[in-house]
Amino acid sequence: MGSIQRSARNATRAALSLQRSVNNGGSGAGVRAFSAQAAPAASAPPAGTPPPPPPPPPEKTHFGGLSDEDRIFTNVYGQHDPFLKGALKRGDWYQTKELVQKGTDWIVNEMKKSGLRGRGGAGFPSGLKWSFMPKVSDGRPSYLVVNADESEPGTCKDREIMRHDPHKLIEGCLIAGVGMRARAGYIYIRGEYVNERRNLQKALAEAYAAGYLGKNACGSGYDFDLHIHYGAGAYICGEETALLESLEGKQGKPRLKPPFPANAGLYGCPTTVTNVETVAVSPTILRRGPEWFASFGRKNNSGTKLFCVSGHVNKPCTVEEEMSISLRELIERHCGGVRGGWDNLLAVIPGGSSVPLLPKHICDDVIMDFDALKAVQSGLGTAAVIVMDKSTDVVDAIARLSYFYKHESCGQCTPCREGSPWLWHMMERMKVGNAKLEEIDKLQEVTKQIEGHTICALGDAAAWPVQGLIRHFRPELEKRIHEYASRELELFLSDRKLWPENLLEIRIWYHSNETLLEEKE
Amino acid sequence: MAPRCRRYPLPLPRSSTGSGSRRFISSPVDSSVAAGSGVAGAKGSTSKALNSGVAWYAGIRGKLYERKYGSDFYKWGSGASLGGVRHARVASMPAVGAKFDAKPEDCIEVSVDGKDVTVAKGMTVLQACEVAGVDIPRFCYHPRLSIAGNCRMCLVEVEKTPKPVASCAMPALPGMKIKTTTPLVKKAREGVMEFLLINHPLDCPICDQGGECDLQDQSMVYGSDRGRFIEAKRSVTDKNLGPLVKTVMTRCIQCTRCVRFASEIAGVQDLGVLGRGGAEEIGTYVEKLMVSELSGNVIDICPVGALTSKPSAFTVRSWELKSTESVDVSDAIGANIRVDSRGPEVMRVIPRLNEEVNEEWISDKARFAYDGLKRQRLNEPLIRREGQLEPISWPQALKTVAEAALKVNPDEMAAIAGKLSDAESMMALKDFMNRLGCERLWVEGNSEDTVADLRSNYLVNSTIAGLENTDACLLVGTELRIEAPLLNHRLRKAVRNSRAKVGVIGPETELHLKAEHLGNSTDILASIAEGKHPFAQTLSSAKFPTIIVGSGVLQRSDKEAVLAAVQTIAHKANVIREDWNGYNFLLLNAAQAAGLDLGFVPGSRAPVGDKKSIKFLYLLGADDLTPEDIPADAFVVYQGHHGDRSAYRADVILPGVAYTEKEGTYENTEGRTQQTSPAVPTVGDARDDWKIIRALSEIAGVKLPYDTLNGVRARMLAVAPNLFRVDELEPATPLPKESLPETKGKLDSSPFKRAVENFYMTDPISRASKTMAQCTAAYGRS
Repeated sequence: MGSIQRSARNATRAALSLQRSVNNGGSGAGVRAFSAQAAPAASAPPAGTPPPPPPPPPEKTHFGGLSDEDRIFTNVYGQHDPFLKGALKRGDWYQTKELVQKGTDWIVNEMKKSGLRGRGGAGFPSGLKWSFMPKVSDGRPSYLVVNADESEPGTCKDREIMRHDPHKLIEGCLIAGVGMRARAGYIYIRGEYVNERRNLQKALAEAYAAGYLGKNACGSGYDFDLHIHYGAGAYICGEETALLESLEGKQGKPRLKPPFPANAGLYGCPTTVTNVETVAVSPTILRRGPEWFASFGRKNNSGTKLFCVSGHVNKPCTVEEEMSISLRELIERHCGGVRGGWDNLLAVIPGGSSVPLLPKHICDDVIMDFDALKAVQSGLGTAAVIVMDKSTDVVDAIARLSYFYKHESCGQCTPCREGSPWLWHMMERMKVGNAKLEEIDKLQEVTKQIEGHTICALGDAAAWPVQGLIRHFRPELEKRIHEYASRELELFLSDRKLWPENLLEIRIWYHSNETLLEEKE
Repeated sequence: MAPRCRRYPLPLPRSSTGSGSRRFISSPVDSSVAAGSGVAGAKGSTSKALNSGVAWYAGIRGKLYERKYGSDFYKWGSGASLGGVRHARVASMPAVGAKFDAKPEDCIEVSVDGKDVTVAKGMTVLQACEVAGVDIPRFCYHPRLSIAGNCRMCLVEVEKTPKPVASCAMPALPGMKIKTTTPLVKKAREGVMEFLLINHPLDCPICDQGGECDLQDQSMVYGSDRGRFIEAKRSVTDKNLGPLVKTVMTRCIQCTRCVRFASEIAGVQDLGVLGRGGAEEIGTYVEKLMVSELSGNVIDICPVGALTSKPSAFTVRSWELKSTESVDVSDAIGANIRVDSRGPEVMRVIPRLNEEVNEEWISDKARFAYDGLKRQRLNEPLIRREGQLEPISWPQALKTVAEAALKVNPDEMAAIAGKLSDAESMMALKDFMNRLGCERLWVEGNSEDTVADLRSNYLVNSTIAGLENTDACLLVGTELRIEAPLLNHRLRKAVRNSRAKVGVIGPETELHLKAEHLGNSTDILASIAEGKHPFAQTLSSAKFPTIIVGSGVLQRSDKEAVLAAVQTIAHKANVIREDWNGYNFLLLNAAQAAGLDLGFVPGSRAPVGDKKSIKFLYLLGADDLTPEDIPADAFVVYQGHHGDRSAYRADVILPGVAYTEKEGTYENTEGRTQQTSPAVPTVGDARDDWKIIRALSEIAGVKLPYDTLNGVRARMLAVAPNLFRVDELEPATPLPKESLPETKGKLDSSPFKRAVENFYMTDPISRASKTMAQCTAAYGRS
């Protein structure tokens, strides 16, 4: 079913993009057709010519409206050939040899300067992370592991990269591999991504055949091998240490940290696990210069980012945009707005299922970057924006997420193993209001008992959506509980058969409890 | 009208001062009534350590550990009573105020609750807290297993860390400020405790772990007095792990200690974690028994009642037991045990901590054969009249035996000490027989012509704990896992920790460790001795080479040639040096070492070989002779506690006592003297073995010159002084290189035979045990 929809969507996208460029005043490349994006990369080295609006920080206050020539992923919608020929046209593998030969320190420094933060959810500065790898080997090889186990509900950015721009990822692996002195890289791809891994596998074969990988990769004198490993579809295997366990052939259960993977990772060797997007953007950053990349977005949140907008928007899409774009602009510019208009918005989960949701009044003016979303007690996560309009049963939605986390908990450590099913059970009752009012606090306390007490972040991820719900939709929960209670009472009163034989006893019971309640207060 | 929401009340833990909060914890039973003075001394220091102002909870834990492991636990933990004799080791001390050995430059300073302590580099936060005398609650952490860090009970606060950290898995770093008493920590642990309890059944009243359950104890501190979990509890199907371990898997808290024990200590990959999330279970995937001689130890390490003892299910409550510290006699290792009894009945046997012998493990036979103590017991003297055994009084019985003995020429007499004989009775029997003029004596397991001249020839010279250091080991004619499971575990440790290479000459057996089976033929032995075999190179290039010879070779006709070949290998590979003696002779039975030390071997005048000439045979619990071995016209005296094989052939039966009923001295296979303590009264009209012989000697007119236990021991002191120094290891002087024996005879090409046919049934007690019979049925020969 997807392909028809997708092509329709892509057509709209092209039209929109044109329109947008005109609206923006057509600065330089405004009239360039969407399909001609590849031209600058193929004709002239983009690294030398930074794109028109030269970075004017710190005055920049408005973000978004990324122009086409500033897009890194120019084939997100699969309009062009995803494989080597098309990739070369789009500028991939251009001067990779020179980049590799500039050496590890140069790469890491450039990455640091670019301000790129990990795109997998945690947002750790990538250059810094790469620099943690040992400078001198103690005999053990270093490994790069790419986390392509994209399972966060709502997230579909790595999928687009792998099926439409696999060479960006593969080239990125080489660059990142050099950046961390890795001898080999492993791409751990989610088991459900069948077509993606086929494309990736094909692209990998092409890269080997072209001499871009393997011994003397790209003629640079650096040896680098890349392998693709298929996961079996466990969400927890997206956690970096669980991924390493799984890659080693064990049960996908997160490891204790320390030791961190940079000290003892895959097969006990220094390893860095990075997200697909992080790796895939790195060659472009190096080619176009870190200043170019840093010119987008607010300070400390720089760059461009793939946003996956899903849910109750008119045109769900994955789009590359500037960091710090406002949420409203993101939705209205690229997704045709919220279904039924902005005022029909109920809430947004801004960063994949594991971050707390935001109600409409926050969505009105929140911008999409790590720090801004953290300030409103949510997170950018994987930038998977899940939009819910007013037709949504928000409690049911969060209950479904609780079910997901209950199902995906690996069961290794106590809080998550015991807490996530408990959360789900309570959420199921909250959904219909079959609870006591004080149980909302209990629910909150249970999430706090899980959060921060587990080995990996899945416990936090299970707790946060529920916390967000209580934070912003407590009246909704209370309303349901009241409604349920009054429904029950009505039912009770309407059916004499349910009444106990001695009504006096009930009255005594009621009065004694009343006094009890008063005493407590 | 918005209703007011009330927080669920989270009651504070009960006051620590009230005795009500300790109702599950009974005070330590005074088990040192009959134990040696050394034990009592350790006990005194224990209470000192406990009163020295550690948190009350630590005090409770201490008592629990004392209940669980015996007061010896503190010998290792507190170090207070050691007087510099022994040093506690790093990473194996769950007790409070733990000490460690480390050079000052390998130490770092951390602060625990504001108190600065110096700890060794590489210690975890939890260990650092132990050094500071702060006890950290834990479920999954076990000092002898790998760190899982999954129970999250040991969370502590570390300054400048936003989240509480799992102290068991976090390395202590210099300058770390650890806080264990903050509200954050308390709340975190209470949260974890609540999670552990929500799916844990409330069946403490019928749970065998009740009273010694870590979850129960810690819930007294961190638990709430009411639950707020109103959903349905999880229940889990029980697993069948065989006749020894009972499972109630609903109680399991998924700490994975048993899984780690099975794979890391026992060496069997039988247990694993199945499923994930709330559906996680411990199991064997397909139903399968847990086949390991050490499987019973999972009962001890399980912090809750998920794995309990099947044979003693529903029979005991831990607080009604009297504990007696004793020594296991089911094999020659001499594992330290605690015999828990109620009234006249032994209710269970559990290990006691002794780093140098058994650490904290014991074999299944040591643990479960105790029910054999209640069956087939001899409780009154019997005499055979017209083919039938009839009761007889003690004086008449002794008179009959004395008369029979005096009728016979001393050369036609013989005495055999059984596998379970203590040194005292062997001393008395040797003296008695010698006074009658008989020198034909031997201990079961030794051959009839064993020479006990060189002590290093019949001991495990590397010591049991020392075997862990080996990096190449040759096993000759022994199935180590079956003959000595605990020694096998030490070798396994060496293989795991330092990749020791193990070669086996002998019957092919799964050792649960990485070993190369070189073959079962003396040819290979000869080729290693000549240096032709590749393993000769492995041995000689090793830093700490060892050879373990099973005492099964003593039953071979070419034993001298075999031992000569082994010693040649030992000298060529430099196995015996000034600083290392890796020549090990593994004994099979508890009585063997002491018997050899006491010279319970045939004297120079004793006739050897043909048993047909024997007219008077004194069996001190010896059951291995087949009826065909005993001449039909011989007068057979059987002194023992079980009506086992030889009792059927006996003319007179003199009822003795079992190891749980007497104070007996035993020497283990490495030459360590240890003593058993009486835990239960003797059965019926039975008497202490040495007393029977002493009384007999008087009636026979060759009165032995001692009439107290101390008297016998004074005599032992004269013969073998090391048997007087209890709990001490007396190393043997290494064999000098010049004493390379001349090869007597030629190597026989016949393969080595199994020394133990069935691990579960080796002695009169285990042969009478129903549990061991069930094991035999379930596991075969194992």
